[in-house]
Amino acid sequence: MCDTCGCNITHGNESLIKPGGKLEKTESGREAVTVLHSLLHENDHTAQHNREHFDQHNVLAINLMSSPGAGKTALLEATIQQMGEGLRIAVIEGDLETENDAERIRKHGVKAIQIATGSACHLDAHMIHDALHNLDLSEYDIVFIENVGNLVCPASFDLGQHVNVALLSVPEGDDKPAKYPVMFRTADLVMISKCDLLPILDDFDPERAKKYLRDIASDAPVIALSSKNLAGMNNWIEWVTQQIEQRIAYLEENPLQTGHHHHHTHHDDNAVL
Amino acid sequence: MHELAICQSLMEQVESIADERDASRVTSITIGMGPLAGVEVQLLKNAYPIASAGTVAEDADLVIEQLPIKVRCNQCGAESDALPNKLTCQQCGDWRTTLISGDEMMLMSLELEKKNESASDVVH
Repeated sequence: MCDTCGCNITHGNESLIKPGGKLEKTESGREAVTVLHSLLHENDHTAQHNREHFDQHNVLAINLMSSPGAGKTALLEATIQQMGEGLRIAVIEGDLETENDAERIRKHGVKAIQIATGSACHLDAHMIHDALHNLDLSEYDIVFIENVGNLVCPASFDLGQHVNVALLSVPEGDDKPAKYPVMFRTADLVMISKCDLLPILDDFDPERAKKYLRDIASDAPVIALSSKNLAGMNNWIEWVTQQIEQRIAYLEENPLQTGHHHHHTHHDDNAVL
Repeated sequence: MHELAICQSLMEQVESIADERDASRVTSITIGMGPLAGVEVQLLKNAYPIASAGTVAEDADLVIEQLPIKVRCNQCGAESDALPNKLTCQQCGDWRTTLISGDEMMLMSLELEKKNESASDVVH
């Protein structure tokens, strides 16, 4: 949503701001100001700024989200092994504590930046912005952002990524899209991970998971994958490759506005309202 | 619990608007919130006194308008009410719908008291 063309006015809120609506009245001596900004206006602004950075270098940014332990890091390790030859990959890792995941990635010779969020349950655009200062984007084709393992909070924060991938691991159960609709609605791809466990945990039905996803009006493709035996890996690689091609084609058709020169001096990002 | 982070972001916006408008006090903050914003209204209310302490909006009323979930069917065009995990068309049952309301998380309006002013000054 933008702040200029009126598209912030939705079916849900238009009755509030129409003449006679609840927001129209005010007591005397007071000033009523209509704002209509997202509560995360500041975050969204920085996210857009991050996205421009990625775009300037034709870098695709993929945000991986899931519960803790759904296999995000294992997926990245397998992806590096499968695609690392032809594709320049960097990883931004988000966890409350430890460098463990970044170290796992670095063992494969890939640049990994660890963000330790302390007690924060999600990454936000400012954290990614800081991480980008330690990453020379001209050296990469793709940046994977591994969000904090959490099916709730990360869904609300735009980081500047181009696409979201939500992992749903087989041990979690196939009804997660119905239980966490906000998260799964944001996904451009849903990956059923640890699918090597399907024969053992046979109460997980991939078709049912897909039905729950359609119930929340998501048309995201669903890929079943095992980072262990690499079943489904081709579909994932094909999807990632497609995303990169689509992004490059998009940027060719819609070149970035020049004039947004960016030797990254630190400006105060406080939005002017 | 990302509600505190969201509330802090709200306070930054509120303070900046109050400052710009030369307000001495913010008396009321109205937020529009849809169920699909992923924000728990009660948690946001709990976070508010913490985030607003010591600001111009310390004593402001926090009004949260809960907005309905509505979808428009991409197939038959009907508009219907929906549930957070059932966004299918109530008319024809198709799942290919577009959300037209229900994911808002928006600062709708503020009511301010101006410095050195008692006369009414209403701006829309």
